Amino acid sequence: MFPNLNNPVFTNIDDLNEIARQIRRDIMNMLLISKSGHSGGPLGMADVFTALYFNKLNIRPEEPYKKDRDFVFLSIGHIAPVWYATLARRGYIPLDELKTLRKVNGRLQGHPAPLKTHGVPGVEIASGALGQGLSIAVGTALGLRLDKKPNHVYCICGDGELNEGQLWEAMMTAGHHKTDNLTVIVDRNYCQIDNRTDKVMELEPLADKWRAFNFEVLEVDGHDMQAVLNCIDEAKAVKGKPSVILAYTKMGRGVSFMEDNYKWHGVPPNDEQGKIALAELKPTKYGDFVDYYAGK
Amino acid sequence: MFLKNFDITKPELKASRLGFAEALVDLGKTNPDVVVLGGDVTGSVKTDLFRDAYPDRFFSVGVAEQDMMGTAAGLALAGKIPFASTYGEFATGRPFDQIRQSIAYSEMNVKICASHCGLTVGPDGATHQSLEDVAIMRVLPHMNVITPCDANQTYKVILKCVEVNAPFYIRFYRDNSPNFTAPDAPFEFGKADTLIDGNDCTIMASGLLVWESILAVEDLYKEGINARLVNMHTIKPIDKETIINCAKETGCIVTAEDHQKHSGLGGAVAEVLAQHYPAPVEFVAVNDTFGESGTGKELMDKYGISCKYIVEAVKRAIKRK
Repeated sequence: MFPNLNNPVFTNIDDLNEIARQIRRDIMNMLLISKSGHSGGPLGMADVFTALYFNKLNIRPEEPYKKDRDFVFLSIGHIAPVWYATLARRGYIPLDELKTLRKVNGRLQGHPAPLKTHGVPGVEIASGALGQGLSIAVGTALGLRLDKKPNHVYCICGDGELNEGQLWEAMMTAGHHKTDNLTVIVDRNYCQIDNRTDKVMELEPLADKWRAFNFEVLEVDGHDMQAVLNCIDEAKAVKGKPSVILAYTKMGRGVSFMEDNYKWHGVPPNDEQGKIALAELKPTKYGDFVDYYAGK
Repeated sequence: MFLKNFDITKPELKASRLGFAEALVDLGKTNPDVVVLGGDVTGSVKTDLFRDAYPDRFFSVGVAEQDMMGTAAGLALAGKIPFASTYGEFATGRPFDQIRQSIAYSEMNVKICASHCGLTVGPDGATHQSLEDVAIMRVLPHMNVITPCDANQTYKVILKCVEVNAPFYIRFYRDNSPNFTAPDAPFEFGKADTLIDGNDCTIMASGLLVWESILAVEDLYKEGINARLVNMHTIKPIDKETIINCAKETGCIVTAEDHQKHSGLGGAVAEVLAQHYPAPVEFVAVNDTFGESGTGKELMDKYGISCKYIVEAVKRAIKRK
């Protein structure tokens, strides 16, 4: 699907944006087929996933668990569709497998599972029950540091997820142990399943909270590809403490009627909505893995 | 199986948490991947011995058991063999979801080591008396559950569990208790130990209740009853073969554990018998109630899990044959 699959580091911002748009189309097609799953979060994080997997990460899809790989933990397991689409476009799993999201006997579980647990390559550990990813990421960062290994650890959290107490335990642990081989990325979209985040549980002043837990805090427009790339570099360069990127995103990004609307947290589009969504997310040169509307 | 010159009236006393802690220090010498997480109670669970010997392989996470289990899973992903240790209730009840998703479902090589289990933490009262831990660990797919009977066996269990790349729950105690198994007696994971032979009834005991059962066998012998005693140190995977053979050969079973009656060792044994060889079973266990403050001895008597209750249960079981 992509040129230079073995080393697809895309540096051209237009290319990266087009990949992100294709991933968004893939997410819509996956959800149209599965008729179950989350729309908003996956669409919102497509740019960050593209920046990581097509530019920043030290990874090798043919050897998903190679020893010097960068680790990615998705603490918000429910945005799995963006991860699966990214992993497929990056060559970890066949593109055609995206048709099997949430289907019995498939590997694309509703919430991600690792290869060992009938999940997919590239996933390190299960997630789904919220709040658990950062503890795991800190543990891995500590283990890697003990062995003086160069791998960097990324943990993607949600803002609504920050309601979970375990995350604050893990923030304390990361700050205490000064795990500077760890970067947290918070999907700051101000939405969670019930309502806007400030209606469910006020998080502000969020940057100050992370600072108070001894993190270096960076903030970025999560849809500005160049800014996201730069921000990841800056975060990785932080020494002596862990870093967190507050990535300001819009839930449902790219589909007008889903954008910034918490009601799209946990539902798939119906056929009519999907048609509009795919029209708005214009086709790319990479092509879809399915023509969902063929014969309909 | 027993120590040489073993005197039932004057057993050597040693806390099983020390067997755990000494094994960790010895493991640390030979296995550089072994790391230990501290949840503030390191002096209580004796992981301070490892911390002082190998400070760079010891990670404090504070009094935060949910974070501890996740951090342990992350260390396992980095190729380490993490031991996460705290009191039984806080090692299981509080971080159950973390253990379920990040350790059991994800099949992480994490060793959860629970000290201060059961009624014998006594004066601390019901909040600290873990009586449900075996049940909620046993129910988890991929989890292995071991309840060694004394300090010497705990030591061996710790050395052995690192040979299996899988999650383990290992349960032991704070207080001094009889340390009666021989240091060179083999420990075979998943294979129950027959400690005393007999044909009238089989007592299948775990943890501290193995000692109470030794005393019970003595008392029963004086009354002309030959009870067999099996140390069911591995509760998951359960030794089906031994359970079925004991039921066939002795006709009835008594289980004995310092845990709730439901879903612990008794439940595990009964599940096997119900399916493969139905036989009368009596349960010596805490009867669906929480504990309270008191000495360990007082509580074992009050809640019906000391020697005399095992004796009575054996007699009841034999009558039902």
